Amino acid sequence: MFAKRIIPCLDCKDGRVVKGVQFVNLRDAGDPGELAEAYNRAGADELVMLDISAAREGRATLMDTVNRVARKLFIPLTVGGGVRTLVDARRLLAAGADKVAINTAAVETPDLISELAGRFGSQAVVVAIDARGIRNSKSETGKSKLEHRKVEEEEVRFSNFEFRVSESLPEGLARPRWTVFTYGGTHDTHLDAEQWAQRVATLGAGEILLTSMDADGTQAGFDCELTATISRAVPIPVIASGGAGGPEHFADVFLRGGADAALAASIFHFETHSIRSLKEYLRARGVPVRLT
Amino acid sequence: MIALIDYGAGNVGSVLKAVQYLGYPAQPIDRAELLNDAEKIILPGQGHFGAMMKALEERRLLDLLRTKLAAGVPYLGICLGLQTLYAGSDEAPEICGLGLLAGRVRRFEAVAKVPQVGWNQIQMLRETGLFQGVREGSFVYYCHSYYGPVTEETVAVTEYGETYAAAVEKGNVWAVQFHPEKSAEVGLKVLKNFLES
Repeated sequence: MFAKRIIPCLDCKDGRVVKGVQFVNLRDAGDPGELAEAYNRAGADELVMLDISAAREGRATLMDTVNRVARKLFIPLTVGGGVRTLVDARRLLAAGADKVAINTAAVETPDLISELAGRFGSQAVVVAIDARGIRNSKSETGKSKLEHRKVEEEEVRFSNFEFRVSESLPEGLARPRWTVFTYGGTHDTHLDAEQWAQRVATLGAGEILLTSMDADGTQAGFDCELTATISRAVPIPVIASGGAGGPEHFADVFLRGGADAALAASIFHFETHSIRSLKEYLRARGVPVRLT
Repeated sequence: MIALIDYGAGNVGSVLKAVQYLGYPAQPIDRAELLNDAEKIILPGQGHFGAMMKALEERRLLDLLRTKLAAGVPYLGICLGLQTLYAGSDEAPEICGLGLLAGRVRRFEAVAKVPQVGWNQIQMLRETGLFQGVREGSFVYYCHSYYGPVTEETVAVTEYGETYAAAVEKGNVWAVQFHPEKSAEVGLKVLKNFLES
């Protein structure tokens, strides 16, 4: 029985886990190494570490953090945040990461995906996609961005990608429902999320880490529609992220959203729901999970 | 000394870490001369079948590996380290495997998602020292697009569209398709069983 994966995410800054962490029995809840071990014991299927350090100094700390986390971790570890080059990726893999996640750099230099896959294997390449529904992306005036497209079109700097949204769509081609954002969700690339997902799979990505910006932080459930659309569109696994608030949300994204894995941070950090009880709930709902 | 064959593209680092965690001295080996002192050999493969075979050949490790296996040195293949035991692979049809097992390595066809990335269960076909203390139905971590067919040397199988060889045993040669170094407690147990054998 092939299991759906439950993946806790550690958001790290300057070597510390940020976002509230309230695990019991931890001497230092902000220490990534200690938290990683706790998740390992709790039955997490993988771990994702995202570095959200803004400054360069943070990056040096990251290598040390990855090293400490990886030393006693015998489940897969994905590290992302600020990975821009082959050298960045090599350093992280050498420090003990099994996979690297790339986002902005992949959009700006799609060839990086195939270079990474060629050098380290597809299994080591996770492309993170931050997507937002078109109808939800309101501009300051309250009008949708789509209505402003003609103006914005001229400002788009990412010319190396052919699937850019424009007002002059060919007859019969549906307007995208979600577009891809970069730079931590601050920049709308106007790329159609579905087509971008297909492109990254073709370029050799091993998995897609799909974050719904609309659902993220709401704890109101994953975006099952987005997840199902992307999961159907690609032959590689899709990790759903953003919006986890309770066990029923995980069941939804697996059963209706077609996700291969689901990622969450706060819900696990606060120990509102232990990984074990979540998996027992999922099993009862008919979702195949790994219970140890 | 436990030799970990390092052909430049594998997951040697994480296997080394696991072996050392279990308290065994191990050394990554990238040249043929160094393989001579090996008491046990681990081939932690990852990536492309053809690329690995070529890299082993270039480092003059392939012939020596054949010699060592024939001489009875205990061997544990991981992932591609299992696939190389077959006659060949559809991933690189022009390149021969070691040919210790009959049949060819094939690509998953009957499933929506390839590679298989994640945890799946092993079903044991017969007893093996490698799985001593490992429960039937244990979950292990897989990451692969190609699989080895079931042969008489298969000791455990897994299902992913196909039923394929999860683990094989032939005399001094053991191999697993999953990644014991990434399979939590179960994986460490399998590695320990090999190291203690």
